[in-house]
Amino acid sequence: MDPYSLKKLNQCRRERRAAILLTDLGDGRDRVVVEGDPVAGRLGEAVAEAFRSGKSGTVEADGRSFFLNVHLPPPRLVMIGAVHISQALAPMARIAGFDLHIIDPRTAFASPERFPDVRLEAEWPEDVLKRSPLDAYCALAALTHDPKIDDLALTAALEAGCFYVGALGSRKTHAKRVERLVAAGLSMEAIERIHAPIGLAIGAASPAEIAVAVLAQIIEALRSRGLTARKGEAA
Amino acid sequence: MSEVAQVPEPRDPLMIAEEWMKDGRNVAIATVVETWGSAPRPVGSHLVIDADGLFEGSVSGGCVEGAVVAEASEVIADGNPRMLEFGVADETAWRVGLSCGGRIKVYVERLG
Repeated sequence: MDPYSLKKLNQCRRERRAAILLTDLGDGRDRVVVEGDPVAGRLGEAVAEAFRSGKSGTVEADGRSFFLNVHLPPPRLVMIGAVHISQALAPMARIAGFDLHIIDPRTAFASPERFPDVRLEAEWPEDVLKRSPLDAYCALAALTHDPKIDDLALTAALEAGCFYVGALGSRKTHAKRVERLVAAGLSMEAIERIHAPIGLAIGAASPAEIAVAVLAQIIEALRSRGLTARKGEAA
Repeated sequence: MSEVAQVPEPRDPLMIAEEWMKDGRNVAIATVVETWGSAPRPVGSHLVIDADGLFEGSVSGGCVEGAVVAEASEVIADGNPRMLEFGVADETAWRVGLSCGGRIKVYVERLG
């Protein structure tokens, strides 16, 4: 492996950028392709597919054999609101392999006693998200019911292209939210990406059951990532 | 909740390879490039090895690491990458024992 490739690959991984190490198995030469870099031809198609699926593998292209090792950032779940649902959702999401980040400016909610061993910040989402920006490998669940706290985070999530954006609240609450977001200048197309009411419709009642519904919907969005985008492009 | 506290991340082989490189050590990188049947480590998994045979990461559940580490010292010496295959059909591999019954292909190359 080229030392430069290793440095570049590790740098991408530290910065949560998706990258592929592309190795020519014939002569051993390699290079790093960062998501968004243009790659022509059959190899380009394979690269695009590998970014979508996250699956590493061998590809034949232009009479050569290439190994594509895909490095996608680990999915991160950002919860806005240190509420009861978050208390149930945090351990479940952790078991499912997500990085966790909980943000709630209300210190009574965001206490380490309620959330042991979780990255928890008792500050306004806009301040935290400036330091720790959202990206396409983040899911955002807005769980406070409080527009002052949820709305800005939802806007940031839509702008960052988070693979999942969900908001707690009834249809009526959501209709008011849509009005506010439109007034704030967001397009309907963007707003329609919000899953609201949040979670799969499994009749969840308790905070723990709602957490299951939310986590299932997030996993569905993660695993169909790219596929929906492709459908969208075709439409 | 503390009983499900995060399992500490296993040390990342590619980050370690970079550290070793900065320390001026000679390094080989082994990568699982193909698997058939039940393989313990997915395609893309890494094992990094230095010239003294020190290693981090894994390409199997511990069955073939010994053989890969031995091969890595030659790769470090001559600089030629090679493709290794382990599986139940292979006599050598049977000896090192992929007890899970799968087959794996491992690419071993020198760093630099």
